[in-house]
Amino acid sequence: MSTNGQTVNTALPVYTKKDFESGIDPRWCPGCGDFSIINQVQKTLPSVGVKRENIVFVSGIGCSSRFPYYMNNYGMHTLHGRAPSFASGIKVSRPELMVWIVTGDGDALAIGGNHFIHAMRRNLDLKLLMFNNRIYGLTKGQVSPTSELYKKTKTTPHGSPDYPFNPPALALGAGATFVARTIDVEGAHMGGVIKAAAEHKGSVFVEVFQNCPVFNDGAYTFITEKATKADAQLRMEHGKPLLFGKDNKKGIRFNAKSAELEVVTIGQDGVTEADVLVHDAHRADPTIAFMLANLSEKAGFPTPIGVFRDVRKATADEITWEIIGKAKRARST
Amino acid sequence: MSTQASATKSKVQVETVTIRFVGDSGDGMQLTGTEFTKANAIAGADLATFPDYPAEIRAPAGSLAGVSGYQVNFGSREIHTPGDAPDVLVAMNPAALKTNLPDLKTGGMLIVNGGAFTESNLEKAGYKSNPLDDAALKQNYKIFNVDMNKLTETALAGSGLSNKEIARCKNYFALGLMYWLYSRPADPQIESIAKKFAKKPEMADANQKVFRAGHAFGETSEIFFARYEVPASKLPPGTYRNVTGNFATALGFATVAKTTGRQVFLGSYPITPATEILQEMSYFKEHGVVTYQAEDEIAGIGSAIGASFAGALAVTTTSGPGLALKTEMLGLAVIAELPLVVVNVQRGGPSTGMPTKTEQADLLMALYGRHGEAPLPVLAAQSPADCFYAAIEAMKIAVKWMTPVILLTDGYLANGSEPFRIPDPKDLAKVEPKYQTTPNHDGQYMPYLRDAKLIRPWAVPGTPGLEHRIGGLEKDSMTGMVSYDGGNHEKMVKTRAQKIRNVVEDVPDAEVFGQKSGDVLLLSWGGTFGAVRGAAEELVNQGRKVGHVHLRWLNPLPKNLGAVLKGFKKVLVPEVNDGQLATYLRSTFPGLDPLQFNRINGKPLKITELAAKVVELL
Repeated sequence: MSTNGQTVNTALPVYTKKDFESGIDPRWCPGCGDFSIINQVQKTLPSVGVKRENIVFVSGIGCSSRFPYYMNNYGMHTLHGRAPSFASGIKVSRPELMVWIVTGDGDALAIGGNHFIHAMRRNLDLKLLMFNNRIYGLTKGQVSPTSELYKKTKTTPHGSPDYPFNPPALALGAGATFVARTIDVEGAHMGGVIKAAAEHKGSVFVEVFQNCPVFNDGAYTFITEKATKADAQLRMEHGKPLLFGKDNKKGIRFNAKSAELEVVTIGQDGVTEADVLVHDAHRADPTIAFMLANLSEKAGFPTPIGVFRDVRKATADEITWEIIGKAKRARST
Repeated sequence: MSTQASATKSKVQVETVTIRFVGDSGDGMQLTGTEFTKANAIAGADLATFPDYPAEIRAPAGSLAGVSGYQVNFGSREIHTPGDAPDVLVAMNPAALKTNLPDLKTGGMLIVNGGAFTESNLEKAGYKSNPLDDAALKQNYKIFNVDMNKLTETALAGSGLSNKEIARCKNYFALGLMYWLYSRPADPQIESIAKKFAKKPEMADANQKVFRAGHAFGETSEIFFARYEVPASKLPPGTYRNVTGNFATALGFATVAKTTGRQVFLGSYPITPATEILQEMSYFKEHGVVTYQAEDEIAGIGSAIGASFAGALAVTTTSGPGLALKTEMLGLAVIAELPLVVVNVQRGGPSTGMPTKTEQADLLMALYGRHGEAPLPVLAAQSPADCFYAAIEAMKIAVKWMTPVILLTDGYLANGSEPFRIPDPKDLAKVEPKYQTTPNHDGQYMPYLRDAKLIRPWAVPGTPGLEHRIGGLEKDSMTGMVSYDGGNHEKMVKTRAQKIRNVVEDVPDAEVFGQKSGDVLLLSWGGTFGAVRGAAEELVNQGRKVGHVHLRWLNPLPKNLGAVLKGFKKVLVPEVNDGQLATYLRSTFPGLDPLQFNRINGKPLKITELAAKVVELL
């Protein structure tokens, strides 16, 4: 039993996926990528070692933001773009709670851009999952801050004049300590990323490439088509060389002269596997992670998926309570 | 000769006095004013203060725009306001004289720093000739021309300080002189300077010297022939401290944390004139206060609502423009029915308006300024010390009724100060949060299943078995699940409104001061209390059939208010806005057409002006 502010230490029950289902059937369009995301989250939570009642899901507005209603945890469905502000208050007030934010590209990066960058830079222990379908779905198809240049939508019938955000690069720039990307149709990969996100202590940003079958169908076929995905995906794994392509013969090399990342082929021009950059997600300096995040902007480069950065440093909630603890001790001595 | 002079200087007893210190914004007038106030508070005088400063941190030196002032009214009888017109004006430069002289009482005492009346300063103030040479000035006021610049320089000769550093000490000369003039002991101030400048011993030493020089100047110079004494007031016995409204607000919330043992969470964003509440509360961490400076106004209230969902006693603080930004969030707090106190320290608006000046023009926004049908309780503090009690009362109502509450204060209360008698904690309003820990319906938790008063339960994260989801979508009146049913929505809108009407059981009946019925009822709210009560006292003492009701609760209004209003031929509503309470009353009491008395000049109401208006109506 628990009352306000105090979670009680009792043994962790053995949970199954079902324990995290609220019993309400999700209402997303048939074929929506959101189904596979919630499926992976519900599959992952039994193994994260946190009691169900100590997990809170906070969302803003948009298709993705219906998420908390379908989870059997504490949940708040709040205002457009503002989820990080509520989540920040919950986490600062009750640091023992595990707080997730579920948001979309419009919610997090347009109307909520300010809250987003500040949640990331504070390094509050908040886990933000951003479903990126590169479109406004709930309002039926307008350009979003991640829509491509020249994209034709209902509000840009002649093509969008705006350059999109690169979300992982933005999160890295804002100071997120965990930054990852995954794809809705790659269930196993997504499960691994969500597990790593759950285990990270600090600000988490996970971008999920999520297909909207109604308003932006096929946005991610470039990276999900069987025939081409080996060349289009760069699967980053900590401690392993950044190899890709059908036979893992292509790799990413750091060119010290030009200070750029480049694609090389093992066996050509004397290139061996030893020349290929080894991925280090724990590197404190985010520069290489930022370069990797920007690869997807360049023609001829694969799009990285996996964990760009996973660095542990004191979180804002830890520091807040350390300061409060000191003030209380100073008072009592 | 000098000692002889001092022996002959008589002491004149006065009941009350109003003194205004004015100078350049860099002259340290706020410090001079607060230190002089402290001396009077320690001496047991009742008092009220009014700092008045420009929005610019440092306007051009010597300019009219850069004049900063601090007015204090202290006395041996009850003091309601910082005083209408000063009896004494201490002007540190020509610009300060020019902007403030019109307020000085005819025959009042004018102490000027003659050293600052240079050609260049006179020109900056727009004077063609030195006003101190003006015959009319000498006729209308008692002028004391003291070259504080030079006297300060002399006191610090050989100190090794730069000219700039020396110039910055001259406010202590003025302070020392005023200590002497009003017979306040110098030693506590000498100690206070030592403390304030502990890290800069050379400045401590300099300021002490200059303060002593000012004090000695009063004693020894032949300019002053009398000094004054204001005896201690007959305040009820107890331990007093001088508080500003913002500090008292912070203290109120910290007291809630201490008395309930529950976390008080403040999510806020700096905005004039509310910032000090966030600053002060960040010093109360050891008492259970958690402060969070958010990235913007919206996140300030968002974090507070999040903390409230998590079980904290949540507060957000702001001023008008910030309240406008928070209104979408208020809608969410209303529909989710989460407890929250929103403090709006009103300032001159709209937009950036007059950020450092006071106003009461957010009343209608507080009452109505939301999307959808979103009523919530609104109350207002009436004096700087009352902000303490209003903060506690606001929180009591928020947690009891599971609703956001708006507490209105204003720039005048926020920066003004008065003695605050430290209360016995057991006399304070009880804040009693109740957390649901067990299912409330057939083994299930229904977050919107209400009690007889229509209050919903509060179950917070960490409570096993009560996991639930709430949010901004309309919810089923029973289960709290999302509902788009029109009939259910209408029922929920009416239920939430009725719940807020039910709060009236916690609203005390309106009390009439003066005549219980008669010719004119003065009906006021918020920070005008002191001026309106002062005017009412005067009128009642003159035997006029005048009453005064001051509203603490604006929503709901006291049950008996309608009956009280009927007892008077005329109702006059004095406000520092263009008639917002009057408008509200017209819609609430059909047929009532209150008369208005409005000032929107960034200043508190004046007792004399208001009393004159009432006499006109009689």
